[in-house]
Amino acid sequence: MGGLDDLYQELILDHYRRPRHRGELADPTISVDQNNPLCGDQLHITVRLDGERIAELAHSGDGCSISQASASMMSDVVVGHTTDEALEMIEHFRQVMHREAQADEDRIGDAIALEGVNKYPVRIKCALLSWMALKDGLLTRQADRQEGR
Amino acid sequence: MTPAVDIDPRALRAEFPIFTPVGDRAPLVYLDSAATSQKPTAVLDAMDRYYVETNANVHRGVYELADEATARFEAGRDSVARLVGATRDGTIFTKNASEAINLVAWSWGVRNLRPGDVVMVTEMEHHSGIVPWQIVAEITGAEVVFAPITGDGQLDLAWIEMTLRDAPVRILNVVHVSNVLGTINPVADIARMAHAHGAMILVDGSQSVPHMPVDFPDLDADFLAFTGHKMLGPTGIGVLVGRPEILDAMGPFLGGGEMISDVRTDGSDWAELPWKFEAGTPPIAEAVGLGAAADYLRHIGLDRIRAHERELVAYAFDALSEIDGLAIYGPRDPDLRGAPISFSLPDLHPHDIAQLVDRQRVCIRAGHHCAKPLMRTLGVTATARASGYLYNDSHDIDALVSALQAARSYFAR
Repeated sequence: MGGLDDLYQELILDHYRRPRHRGELADPTISVDQNNPLCGDQLHITVRLDGERIAELAHSGDGCSISQASASMMSDVVVGHTTDEALEMIEHFRQVMHREAQADEDRIGDAIALEGVNKYPVRIKCALLSWMALKDGLLTRQADRQEGR
Repeated sequence: MTPAVDIDPRALRAEFPIFTPVGDRAPLVYLDSAATSQKPTAVLDAMDRYYVETNANVHRGVYELADEATARFEAGRDSVARLVGATRDGTIFTKNASEAINLVAWSWGVRNLRPGDVVMVTEMEHHSGIVPWQIVAEITGAEVVFAPITGDGQLDLAWIEMTLRDAPVRILNVVHVSNVLGTINPVADIARMAHAHGAMILVDGSQSVPHMPVDFPDLDADFLAFTGHKMLGPTGIGVLVGRPEILDAMGPFLGGGEMISDVRTDGSDWAELPWKFEAGTPPIAEAVGLGAAADYLRHIGLDRIRAHERELVAYAFDALSEIDGLAIYGPRDPDLRGAPISFSLPDLHPHDIAQLVDRQRVCIRAGHHCAKPLMRTLGVTATARASGYLYNDSHDIDALVSALQAARSYFAR
Protein backbone atom coordinates (compact mmCIF):
# COMPACT_ATOMS: atom_id res chain seq x y z
CA MET A 1 0.00 0.00 0.00
CA GLY A 2 2.82 2.37 0.95
CA GLY A 3 4.43 1.51 -2.37
CA LEU A 4 1.43 2.53 -4.38
CA ASP A 5 0.98 5.77 -2.50
CA ASP A 6 4.54 6.53 -3.56
CA LEU A 7 3.58 5.95 -7.15
CA TYR A 8 0.29 7.81 -7.07
CA GLN A 9 1.21 10.89 -5.07
CA GLU A 10 -1.44 13.54 -4.57
CA LEU A 11 0.49 15.94 -6.81
CA ILE A 12 0.42 13.39 -9.63
CA LEU A 13 -3.30 12.83 -9.32
CA ASP A 14 -3.78 16.60 -9.27
CA HIS A 15 -1.89 17.07 -12.54
CA TYR A 16 -3.82 14.12 -13.99
CA ARG A 17 -7.19 15.54 -13.06
CA ARG A 18 -6.34 19.14 -13.97
CA PRO A 19 -3.63 18.92 -16.65
CA ARG A 20 -1.74 22.17 -17.32
CA HIS A 21 -1.01 23.31 -20.88
CA ARG A 22 -3.36 20.74 -22.37
CA GLY A 23 -4.37 21.29 -25.98
CA GLU A 24 -2.77 22.07 -29.29
CA LEU A 25 -1.11 25.28 -30.51
CA ALA A 26 -2.51 26.73 -33.72
CA ASP A 27 0.78 27.84 -35.27
CA PRO A 28 3.56 25.79 -33.67
CA THR A 29 7.30 26.00 -34.37
CA ILE A 30 7.62 22.34 -33.39
CA SER A 31 5.05 19.59 -33.65
CA VAL A 32 5.88 16.05 -32.55
CA ASP A 33 4.09 12.74 -31.94
CA GLN A 34 5.19 9.92 -29.70
CA ASN A 35 3.66 6.49 -29.06
CA ASN A 36 4.17 4.12 -26.20
CA PRO A 37 4.31 0.78 -28.03
CA LEU A 38 3.71 -1.02 -24.76
CA CYS A 39 0.23 0.30 -24.06
CA GLY A 40 -0.71 2.17 -27.22
CA ASP A 41 -0.70 5.57 -25.51
CA GLN A 42 -0.34 8.47 -27.90
CA LEU A 43 0.96 11.93 -27.25
CA HIS A 44 1.03 15.05 -29.42
CA ILE A 45 3.18 18.02 -28.41
CA THR A 46 3.25 21.45 -30.03
CA VAL A 47 5.76 24.17 -29.13
CA ARG A 48 5.98 27.84 -30.07
CA LEU A 49 9.48 29.23 -29.82
CA ASP A 50 10.36 32.88 -29.38
CA GLY A 51 13.94 32.90 -30.60
CA GLU A 52 15.48 30.04 -28.63
CA ARG A 53 13.00 30.40 -25.77
CA ILE A 54 9.98 28.12 -25.31
CA ALA A 55 7.15 30.65 -25.32
CA GLU A 56 4.29 28.16 -25.32
CA LEU A 57 3.85 24.40 -25.19
CA ALA A 58 0.74 22.26 -25.39
CA HIS A 59 0.19 18.51 -25.09
CA SER A 60 -2.72 16.31 -26.12
CA GLY A 61 -3.45 12.62 -26.54
CA ASP A 62 -4.46 9.60 -24.51
CA GLY A 63 -2.58 8.07 -21.66
CA CYS A 64 -2.54 6.76 -18.15
CA SER A 65 -2.35 8.97 -15.07
CA ILE A 66 1.45 8.77 -15.02
CA SER A 67 2.00 9.77 -18.65
CA GLN A 68 -0.64 12.51 -18.54
CA ALA A 69 0.58 13.97 -15.24
CA SER A 70 4.15 13.83 -16.46
CA ALA A 71 3.28 15.75 -19.64
CA SER A 72 1.52 18.37 -17.54
CA MET A 73 4.45 18.72 -15.11
CA MET A 74 6.97 18.91 -17.93
CA SER A 75 4.99 21.62 -19.68
CA ASP A 76 4.87 23.65 -16.48
CA VAL A 77 8.58 23.49 -15.95
CA VAL A 78 10.02 24.04 -19.44
CA VAL A 79 7.91 27.00 -20.57
CA GLY A 80 10.00 30.19 -20.37
CA HIS A 81 13.29 28.34 -20.68
CA THR A 82 15.63 28.12 -23.66
CA THR A 83 15.75 24.95 -25.72
CA ASP A 84 19.19 24.10 -24.30
CA GLU A 85 17.93 24.52 -20.74
CA ALA A 86 14.92 22.33 -21.58
CA LEU A 87 17.22 19.63 -22.97
CA GLU A 88 19.17 19.73 -19.70
CA MET A 89 15.96 19.32 -17.70
CA ILE A 90 14.94 16.42 -19.89
CA GLU A 91 18.31 14.75 -19.36
CA HIS A 92 18.01 15.21 -15.59
CA PHE A 93 14.52 13.70 -15.57
CA ARG A 94 15.75 10.76 -17.67
CA GLN A 95 18.54 10.17 -15.15
CA VAL A 96 16.04 10.29 -12.27
CA MET A 97 13.88 7.68 -13.98
CA HIS A 98 16.88 5.41 -14.48
CA ARG A 99 18.06 5.97 -10.91
CA GLU A 100 21.21 7.72 -12.07
CA ALA A 101 20.41 10.93 -10.21
CA GLN A 102 18.40 12.24 -7.24
CA ALA A 103 15.47 14.39 -8.32
CA ASP A 104 16.25 18.13 -8.08
CA GLU A 105 13.13 20.28 -7.74
CA ASP A 106 14.94 23.36 -9.04
CA ARG A 107 15.48 21.57 -12.32
CA ILE A 108 12.26 19.63 -12.89
CA GLY A 109 9.67 21.30 -10.63
CA ASP A 110 6.60 19.23 -9.73
CA ALA A 111 8.02 16.31 -11.71
CA ILE A 112 10.07 15.38 -8.64
CA ALA A 113 6.83 13.75 -7.48
CA LEU A 114 7.37 11.20 -10.25
CA GLU A 115 10.60 9.93 -8.70
CA GLY A 116 8.73 6.97 -7.14
CA VAL A 117 7.86 5.72 -10.64
CA ASN A 118 11.45 4.52 -11.01
CA LYS A 119 10.55 1.53 -8.82
CA TYR A 120 8.01 0.38 -11.43
CA PRO A 121 10.04 -0.57 -14.52
CA VAL A 122 7.03 -0.85 -16.81
CA ARG A 123 5.73 2.58 -15.86
CA ILE A 124 9.02 4.44 -16.47
CA LYS A 125 8.16 4.52 -20.17
CA CYS A 126 4.84 6.19 -19.31
CA ALA A 127 6.59 8.89 -17.31
CA LEU A 128 9.27 9.46 -19.95
CA LEU A 129 6.92 9.58 -22.95
CA SER A 130 6.35 13.35 -23.07
CA TRP A 131 9.95 14.22 -22.18
CA MET A 132 11.31 12.03 -24.96
CA ALA A 133 8.80 13.51 -27.39
CA LEU A 134 9.95 17.03 -26.56
CA LYS A 135 13.59 15.99 -26.77
CA ASP A 136 12.93 14.55 -30.23
CA GLY A 137 11.24 17.74 -31.35
CA LEU A 138 13.96 20.03 -29.99
CA LEU A 139 16.84 18.00 -31.40
CA THR A 140 15.20 17.66 -34.81
CA ARG A 141 14.77 21.42 -34.94
CA GLN A 142 18.36 22.08 -33.89
CA ALA A 143 19.59 19.69 -36.58
CA ASP A 144 17.38 21.33 -39.20
CA ARG A 145 18.72 24.76 -38.29
CA GLN A 146 22.31 23.59 -38.53
CA GLU A 147 21.56 22.37 -42.01
CA GLY A 148 20.05 25.76 -42.72
CA ARG A 149 16.53 24.50 -43.31
CA MET B 1 -22.47 -32.79 -24.85
CA THR B 2 -23.33 -31.72 -21.28
CA PRO B 3 -20.38 -32.67 -19.10
CA ALA B 4 -21.17 -35.24 -16.46
CA VAL B 5 -19.12 -33.68 -13.68
CA ASP B 6 -18.36 -30.02 -13.14
CA ILE B 7 -14.81 -28.83 -12.76
CA ASP B 8 -13.73 -28.02 -9.23
CA PRO B 9 -11.25 -25.15 -9.65
CA ARG B 10 -10.32 -25.05 -5.97
CA ALA B 11 -9.29 -28.70 -6.05
CA LEU B 12 -7.48 -28.28 -9.37
CA ARG B 13 -5.43 -25.44 -7.92
CA ALA B 14 -3.64 -27.86 -5.65
CA GLU B 15 -2.05 -29.23 -8.83
CA PHE B 16 -0.63 -25.81 -9.80
CA PRO B 17 2.31 -24.94 -7.51
CA ILE B 18 2.06 -21.20 -8.19
CA PHE B 19 -1.17 -21.11 -6.18
CA THR B 20 0.53 -22.52 -3.07
CA PRO B 21 -0.11 -19.98 -0.28
CA VAL B 22 2.98 -17.95 0.73
CA GLY B 23 3.03 -16.85 4.37
CA ASP B 24 0.43 -14.20 5.05
CA ARG B 25 0.39 -12.89 1.47
CA ALA B 26 -3.04 -12.50 -0.07
CA PRO B 27 -3.94 -15.42 -2.32
CA LEU B 28 -3.03 -15.05 -5.98
CA VAL B 29 -5.98 -14.09 -8.17
CA TYR B 30 -4.66 -14.89 -11.61
CA LEU B 31 -6.91 -13.58 -14.38
CA ASP B 32 -4.42 -13.26 -17.21
CA SER B 33 -4.45 -16.72 -18.76
CA ALA B 34 -5.08 -15.27 -22.23
CA ALA B 35 -1.52 -13.89 -21.92
CA THR B 36 -0.10 -17.09 -20.48
CA SER B 37 -1.52 -19.92 -18.41
CA GLN B 38 -0.14 -21.33 -15.18
CA LYS B 39 1.49 -24.78 -15.25
CA PRO B 40 0.41 -27.93 -13.42
CA THR B 41 2.88 -30.20 -11.64
CA ALA B 42 2.24 -32.86 -14.30
CA VAL B 43 3.84 -30.59 -16.93
CA LEU B 44 6.70 -29.39 -14.75
CA ASP B 45 7.52 -32.96 -13.67
CA ALA B 46 7.45 -34.31 -17.21
CA MET B 47 10.00 -31.70 -18.27
CA ASP B 48 12.16 -32.30 -15.21
CA ARG B 49 12.06 -36.04 -15.74
CA TYR B 50 13.09 -35.60 -19.34
CA TYR B 51 16.24 -33.71 -18.30
CA VAL B 52 16.96 -35.93 -15.31
CA GLU B 53 16.33 -39.29 -16.95
CA THR B 54 16.71 -39.12 -20.72
CA ASN B 55 18.45 -35.94 -21.83
CA ALA B 56 20.07 -36.52 -25.24
CA ASN B 57 19.64 -35.02 -28.66
CA VAL B 58 16.79 -36.43 -30.72
CA HIS B 59 16.85 -38.20 -34.08
CA ARG B 60 20.64 -38.52 -33.97
CA GLY B 61 22.28 -40.84 -31.46
CA VAL B 62 22.26 -44.60 -31.89
CA TYR B 63 22.57 -45.25 -28.17
CA GLU B 64 19.62 -46.18 -26.00
CA LEU B 65 19.45 -42.84 -24.16
CA ALA B 66 19.02 -40.99 -27.44
CA ASP B 67 16.28 -43.41 -28.46
CA GLU B 68 14.43 -42.70 -25.23
CA ALA B 69 14.78 -38.94 -25.72
CA THR B 70 13.43 -39.27 -29.27
CA ALA B 71 10.57 -41.47 -28.06
CA ARG B 72 9.48 -38.93 -25.43
CA PHE B 73 9.80 -36.05 -27.90
CA GLU B 74 7.68 -37.81 -30.52
CA ALA B 75 5.21 -38.96 -27.87
CA GLY B 76 4.73 -35.27 -27.07
CA ARG B 77 3.88 -34.67 -30.72
CA ASP B 78 1.39 -37.56 -30.68
CA SER B 79 -0.35 -36.17 -27.59
CA VAL B 80 -0.69 -32.75 -29.20
CA ALA B 81 -1.94 -34.27 -32.47
CA ARG B 82 -4.49 -36.38 -30.57
CA LEU B 83 -5.80 -33.30 -28.74
CA VAL B 84 -6.80 -31.55 -31.98
CA GLY B 85 -7.50 -34.63 -34.12
CA ALA B 86 -4.48 -34.01 -36.34
CA THR B 87 -2.12 -36.45 -38.00
CA ARG B 88 1.44 -36.92 -36.77
CA ASP B 89 2.96 -35.80 -40.08
CA GLY B 90 0.72 -32.74 -40.09
CA THR B 91 1.78 -31.58 -36.60
CA ILE B 92 4.82 -29.33 -36.70
CA PHE B 93 6.57 -27.88 -33.68
CA THR B 94 7.46 -24.20 -33.93
CA LYS B 95 8.67 -21.62 -31.42
CA ASN B 96 5.17 -20.18 -30.84
CA ALA B 97 1.96 -19.35 -32.71
CA SER B 98 3.62 -16.34 -34.37
CA GLU B 99 6.29 -18.57 -35.87
CA ALA B 100 3.63 -21.06 -37.00
CA ILE B 101 1.90 -18.28 -38.97
CA ASN B 102 5.22 -16.99 -40.29
CA LEU B 103 5.97 -20.50 -41.50
CA VAL B 104 2.87 -20.46 -43.72
CA ALA B 105 3.42 -16.85 -44.79
CA TRP B 106 6.98 -17.57 -45.91
CA SER B 107 6.83 -21.18 -47.08
CA TRP B 108 3.55 -20.86 -48.92
CA GLY B 109 3.00 -17.10 -49.24
CA VAL B 110 6.32 -15.95 -50.66
CA ARG B 111 6.34 -18.79 -53.22
CA ASN B 112 2.70 -18.53 -54.27
CA LEU B 113 1.35 -15.00 -53.88
CA ARG B 114 1.44 -12.80 -56.97
CA PRO B 115 0.87 -9.08 -57.49
CA GLY B 116 -2.85 -8.39 -57.18
CA ASP B 117 -3.55 -11.47 -55.02
CA VAL B 118 -5.44 -10.77 -51.81
CA VAL B 119 -4.73 -12.02 -48.29
CA MET B 120 -7.71 -11.58 -45.98
CA VAL B 121 -7.18 -11.06 -42.27
CA THR B 122 -9.68 -9.67 -39.78
CA GLU B 123 -9.99 -6.51 -37.74
CA MET B 124 -9.91 -8.59 -34.59
CA GLU B 125 -6.69 -10.38 -35.54
CA HIS B 126 -3.73 -10.48 -33.16
CA HIS B 127 -0.66 -8.76 -34.63
CA SER B 128 0.79 -12.24 -35.23
CA GLY B 129 -1.96 -12.85 -37.81
CA ILE B 130 -1.42 -9.49 -39.52
CA VAL B 131 2.25 -8.56 -39.61
CA PRO B 132 3.65 -11.74 -41.27
CA TRP B 133 1.19 -11.20 -44.13
CA GLN B 134 2.07 -7.52 -44.42
CA ILE B 135 5.74 -8.43 -44.73
CA VAL B 136 5.03 -11.10 -47.33
CA ALA B 137 2.64 -8.80 -49.21
CA GLU B 138 5.40 -6.22 -49.50
CA ILE B 139 7.67 -8.83 -51.07
CA THR B 140 5.10 -10.38 -53.40
CA GLY B 141 2.92 -7.39 -54.33
CA ALA B 142 -0.14 -9.03 -52.80
CA GLU B 143 -2.66 -6.94 -50.89
CA VAL B 144 -3.82 -7.45 -47.28
CA VAL B 145 -7.48 -6.66 -46.60
CA PHE B 146 -9.21 -6.58 -43.22
CA ALA B 147 -12.60 -8.19 -42.69
CA PRO B 148 -14.60 -5.73 -40.57
CA ILE B 149 -16.44 -6.47 -37.35
CA THR B 150 -20.05 -5.64 -36.56
CA GLY B 151 -21.19 -3.37 -33.73
CA ASP B 152 -21.44 -6.28 -31.30
CA GLY B 153 -17.93 -7.51 -32.01
CA GLN B 154 -18.57 -10.32 -34.49
CA LEU B 155 -17.11 -10.85 -37.93
CA ASP B 156 -19.12 -9.44 -40.81
CA LEU B 157 -19.73 -12.71 -42.64
CA ALA B 158 -21.61 -11.02 -45.49
CA TRP B 159 -18.56 -8.84 -46.19
CA ILE B 160 -16.30 -11.87 -46.14
CA GLU B 161 -18.55 -13.77 -48.56
CA MET B 162 -18.82 -10.77 -50.87
CA THR B 163 -15.05 -10.17 -50.90
CA LEU B 164 -14.32 -13.85 -51.49
CA ARG B 165 -16.66 -13.64 -54.52
CA ASP B 166 -15.34 -10.37 -55.92
CA ALA B 167 -11.61 -10.36 -55.14
CA PRO B 168 -8.79 -12.84 -55.84
CA VAL B 169 -8.46 -13.91 -52.20
CA ARG B 170 -5.84 -16.66 -51.89
CA ILE B 171 -5.79 -17.20 -48.14
CA LEU B 172 -7.67 -16.10 -45.01
CA ASN B 173 -6.05 -15.71 -41.58
CA VAL B 174 -8.85 -15.86 -39.02
CA VAL B 175 -8.62 -15.91 -35.25
CA HIS B 176 -10.82 -18.63 -33.71
CA VAL B 177 -11.38 -16.76 -30.44
CA SER B 178 -10.50 -13.07 -30.17
CA ASN B 179 -8.00 -12.37 -27.40
CA VAL B 180 -9.68 -9.01 -26.82
CA LEU B 181 -13.40 -9.37 -27.55
CA GLY B 182 -13.64 -13.04 -26.60
CA THR B 183 -15.72 -13.61 -29.74
CA ILE B 184 -15.87 -17.22 -30.93
CA ASN B 185 -15.78 -16.98 -34.70
CA PRO B 186 -17.66 -19.54 -36.85
CA VAL B 187 -14.42 -20.67 -38.46
CA ALA B 188 -15.89 -23.86 -39.94
CA ASP B 189 -18.49 -21.78 -41.81
CA ILE B 190 -15.81 -19.35 -42.95
CA ALA B 191 -13.63 -22.27 -44.07
CA ARG B 192 -16.49 -23.59 -46.23
CA MET B 193 -16.95 -20.14 -47.77
CA ALA B 194 -13.21 -19.84 -48.40
CA HIS B 195 -12.94 -23.23 -50.05
CA ALA B 196 -16.01 -22.60 -52.19
CA HIS B 197 -14.11 -19.66 -53.65
CA GLY B 198 -10.79 -21.44 -53.98
CA ALA B 199 -9.08 -19.76 -51.03
CA MET B 200 -7.17 -21.44 -48.21
CA ILE B 201 -7.72 -20.69 -44.52
CA LEU B 202 -5.39 -20.51 -41.55
CA VAL B 203 -7.11 -20.54 -38.15
CA ASP B 204 -5.33 -18.95 -35.21
CA GLY B 205 -6.30 -21.24 -32.34
CA SER B 206 -4.16 -19.61 -29.65
CA GLN B 207 -7.24 -18.74 -27.55
CA SER B 208 -9.42 -21.70 -28.55
CA VAL B 209 -7.30 -24.86 -28.38
CA PRO B 210 -6.57 -24.34 -24.63
CA HIS B 211 -10.21 -23.65 -23.79
CA MET B 212 -12.64 -25.69 -25.89
CA PRO B 213 -12.84 -28.83 -28.00
CA VAL B 214 -11.11 -28.07 -31.32
CA ASP B 215 -11.05 -30.80 -33.92
CA PHE B 216 -8.89 -29.99 -36.94
CA PRO B 217 -10.88 -32.12 -39.41
CA ASP B 218 -14.16 -30.59 -38.16
CA LEU B 219 -12.82 -27.07 -38.68
CA ASP B 220 -12.27 -27.93 -42.33
CA ALA B 221 -9.30 -25.53 -42.20
CA ASP B 222 -6.01 -25.87 -44.05
CA PHE B 223 -3.84 -24.71 -41.15
CA LEU B 224 -4.28 -24.32 -37.40
CA ALA B 225 -1.73 -22.39 -35.35
CA PHE B 226 -1.50 -22.33 -31.56
CA THR B 227 1.00 -21.90 -28.77
CA GLY B 228 2.09 -24.09 -25.87
CA HIS B 229 2.29 -21.66 -22.99
CA LYS B 230 -1.38 -20.63 -23.13
CA MET B 231 -2.50 -24.29 -22.78
CA LEU B 232 -0.70 -25.20 -19.53
CA GLY B 233 2.52 -25.97 -21.42
CA PRO B 234 5.91 -24.26 -21.42
CA THR B 235 7.01 -21.19 -23.36
CA GLY B 236 9.27 -21.65 -26.37
CA ILE B 237 7.06 -24.10 -28.25
CA GLY B 238 4.10 -23.64 -30.56
CA VAL B 239 2.34 -25.78 -33.12
CA LEU B 240 1.35 -25.58 -36.76
CA VAL B 241 -1.16 -28.20 -37.77
CA GLY B 242 -1.72 -28.52 -41.48
CA ARG B 243 -3.19 -30.77 -44.10
CA PRO B 244 -0.29 -33.08 -44.96
CA GLU B 245 -0.89 -32.86 -48.72
CA ILE B 246 -0.59 -29.06 -48.57
CA LEU B 247 2.45 -29.12 -46.27
CA ASP B 248 4.06 -31.69 -48.52
CA ALA B 249 3.77 -29.41 -51.53
CA MET B 250 5.26 -26.46 -49.64
CA GLY B 251 8.96 -25.65 -49.65
CA PRO B 252 10.81 -25.50 -46.34
CA PHE B 253 10.79 -22.46 -44.03
CA LEU B 254 14.01 -22.43 -42.01
CA GLY B 255 17.02 -24.40 -43.23
CA GLY B 256 19.52 -26.28 -41.10
CA GLY B 257 20.00 -29.54 -39.30
CA GLU B 258 17.19 -32.06 -38.90
CA MET B 259 15.13 -30.83 -41.88
CA ILE B 260 17.13 -32.48 -44.67
CA SER B 261 17.39 -35.93 -46.16
CA ASP B 262 20.55 -35.14 -48.11
CA VAL B 263 22.90 -32.18 -48.41
CA ARG B 264 25.27 -31.96 -51.37
CA THR B 265 27.40 -29.17 -52.75
CA ASP B 266 24.95 -28.78 -55.63
CA GLY B 267 21.80 -28.67 -53.49
CA SER B 268 19.84 -30.47 -50.80
CA ASP B 269 16.77 -32.64 -50.36
CA TRP B 270 14.27 -32.16 -47.60
CA ALA B 271 13.28 -34.50 -44.83
CA GLU B 272 9.75 -35.86 -44.83
CA LEU B 273 6.92 -34.34 -42.81
CA PRO B 274 6.84 -33.08 -40.17
CA TRP B 275 10.63 -32.76 -39.81
CA LYS B 276 10.98 -30.83 -43.07
CA PHE B 277 9.76 -27.80 -41.12
CA GLU B 278 11.79 -28.35 -37.95
CA ALA B 279 15.29 -27.01 -38.59
CA GLY B 280 17.91 -27.43 -35.87
CA THR B 281 17.66 -29.12 -32.49
CA PRO B 282 14.00 -28.71 -31.51
CA PRO B 283 12.66 -27.60 -28.10
CA ILE B 284 12.76 -31.17 -26.75
CA ALA B 285 11.87 -30.71 -23.08
CA GLU B 286 9.20 -28.24 -24.19
CA ALA B 287 7.66 -30.82 -26.54
CA VAL B 288 7.59 -33.31 -23.67
CA GLY B 289 5.97 -30.66 -21.44
CA LEU B 290 3.44 -29.70 -24.09
CA GLY B 291 2.56 -33.34 -24.60
CA ALA B 292 1.93 -33.64 -20.85
CA ALA B 293 -0.22 -30.49 -21.00
CA ALA B 294 -2.27 -31.92 -23.88
CA ASP B 295 -2.79 -35.18 -21.94
CA TYR B 296 -3.79 -33.19 -18.85
CA LEU B 297 -6.34 -31.17 -20.82
CA ARG B 298 -7.75 -34.32 -22.41
CA HIS B 299 -7.98 -35.96 -19.01
CA ILE B 300 -9.96 -33.01 -17.58
CA GLY B 301 -11.98 -32.75 -20.80
CA LEU B 302 -12.11 -29.72 -23.07
CA ASP B 303 -15.92 -29.85 -23.10
CA ARG B 304 -15.93 -29.54 -19.31
CA ILE B 305 -13.41 -26.69 -19.43
CA ARG B 306 -15.55 -24.90 -22.00
CA ALA B 307 -18.71 -25.39 -19.91
CA HIS B 308 -16.92 -24.12 -16.82
CA GLU B 309 -15.61 -21.01 -18.57
CA ARG B 310 -19.01 -20.27 -20.07
CA GLU B 311 -20.44 -20.21 -16.53
CA LEU B 312 -17.52 -18.09 -15.33
CA VAL B 313 -18.04 -15.55 -18.13
CA ALA B 314 -21.77 -15.36 -17.43
CA TYR B 315 -21.04 -14.81 -13.72
CA ALA B 316 -18.41 -12.16 -14.53
CA PHE B 317 -20.80 -10.27 -16.80
CA ASP B 318 -23.35 -10.01 -14.00
CA ALA B 319 -20.78 -9.11 -11.37
CA LEU B 320 -18.94 -6.54 -13.49
CA SER B 321 -22.10 -4.81 -14.64
CA GLU B 322 -22.72 -3.83 -11.03
CA ILE B 323 -19.79 -1.43 -11.34
CA ASP B 324 -21.01 1.98 -12.37
CA GLY B 325 -19.99 2.97 -15.88
CA LEU B 326 -17.98 -0.19 -16.60
CA ALA B 327 -18.15 -1.05 -20.31
CA ILE B 328 -17.50 -4.55 -21.66
CA TYR B 329 -16.40 -5.04 -25.27
CA GLY B 330 -17.58 -7.86 -27.52
CA PRO B 331 -20.67 -10.06 -27.66
CA ARG B 332 -22.88 -10.26 -24.57
CA ASP B 333 -24.12 -13.80 -25.16
CA PRO B 334 -21.84 -16.25 -23.25
CA ASP B 335 -22.53 -18.86 -25.96
CA LEU B 336 -20.75 -16.61 -28.45
CA ARG B 337 -17.66 -15.92 -26.42
CA GLY B 338 -14.64 -17.53 -24.85
CA ALA B 339 -12.80 -16.59 -21.68
CA PRO B 340 -11.25 -13.13 -22.33
CA ILE B 341 -13.28 -10.15 -21.08
CA SER B 342 -12.07 -6.69 -22.07
CA PHE B 343 -13.50 -3.71 -20.29
CA SER B 344 -12.95 -0.07 -19.47
CA LEU B 345 -13.90 2.31 -16.69
CA PRO B 346 -14.60 5.98 -17.30
CA ASP B 347 -11.81 8.27 -16.05
CA LEU B 348 -9.52 5.40 -15.14
CA HIS B 349 -6.86 4.37 -17.65
CA PRO B 350 -6.41 0.59 -18.08
CA HIS B 351 -2.79 0.83 -16.95
CA ASP B 352 -3.85 2.46 -13.72
CA ILE B 353 -6.62 -0.10 -13.25
CA ALA B 354 -4.19 -3.02 -13.63
CA GLN B 355 -1.67 -1.39 -11.30
CA LEU B 356 -4.24 -0.68 -8.61
CA VAL B 357 -5.98 -4.08 -8.57
CA ASP B 358 -2.53 -5.64 -8.16
CA ARG B 359 -2.67 -4.31 -4.58
CA GLN B 360 -5.09 -7.19 -3.92
CA ARG B 361 -2.83 -9.53 -5.97
CA VAL B 362 -5.38 -9.50 -8.78
CA CYS B 363 -3.49 -10.00 -12.06
CA ILE B 364 -5.17 -8.58 -15.14
CA ARG B 365 -3.77 -7.27 -18.40
CA ALA B 366 -3.90 -3.68 -19.63
CA GLY B 367 -2.90 -2.39 -23.03
CA HIS B 368 -3.64 -2.93 -26.71
CA HIS B 369 -3.28 -6.74 -26.41
CA CYS B 370 -1.30 -6.84 -29.66
CA ALA B 371 -4.46 -5.91 -31.54
CA LYS B 372 -3.97 -2.27 -32.49
CA PRO B 373 -6.23 -2.30 -35.58
CA LEU B 374 -9.03 -3.57 -33.33
CA MET B 375 -8.28 -0.88 -30.73
CA ARG B 376 -8.70 1.75 -33.48
CA THR B 377 -12.02 0.21 -34.54
CA LEU B 378 -13.19 0.28 -30.93
CA GLY B 379 -12.01 3.89 -30.64
CA VAL B 380 -9.71 3.25 -27.67
CA THR B 381 -5.95 3.07 -27.18
CA ALA B 382 -6.12 0.36 -24.56
CA THR B 383 -8.48 -1.80 -22.52
CA ALA B 384 -8.25 -3.76 -19.31
CA ARG B 385 -8.71 -7.52 -19.73
CA ALA B 386 -9.56 -10.28 -17.30
CA SER B 387 -9.29 -13.82 -18.63
CA GLY B 388 -10.06 -16.95 -16.67
CA TYR B 389 -9.24 -20.62 -17.08
CA LEU B 390 -10.00 -23.95 -15.50
CA TYR B 391 -8.43 -22.93 -12.17
CA ASN B 392 -10.55 -19.77 -11.72
CA ASP B 393 -13.91 -19.60 -10.00
CA SER B 394 -16.51 -17.05 -8.94
CA HIS B 395 -14.41 -16.04 -5.91
CA ASP B 396 -11.76 -14.74 -8.31
CA ILE B 397 -14.38 -12.65 -10.09
CA ASP B 398 -15.61 -11.34 -6.73
CA ALA B 399 -12.02 -10.41 -5.84
CA LEU B 400 -11.67 -8.57 -9.16
CA VAL B 401 -14.91 -6.64 -8.62
CA SER B 402 -13.91 -5.64 -5.11
CA ALA B 403 -10.42 -4.61 -6.29
CA LEU B 404 -11.96 -2.52 -9.07
CA GLN B 405 -14.23 -0.75 -6.57
CA ALA B 406 -11.20 -0.08 -4.36
CA ALA B 407 -9.23 1.24 -7.35
CA ARG B 408 -12.02 3.60 -8.11
CA SER B 409 -12.24 5.03 -4.62
CA TYR B 410 -8.44 5.30 -4.49
CA PHE B 411 -8.45 7.57 -7.52
CA ALA B 412 -11.44 9.53 -6.27
CA ARG B 413 -9.73 10.34 -2.97
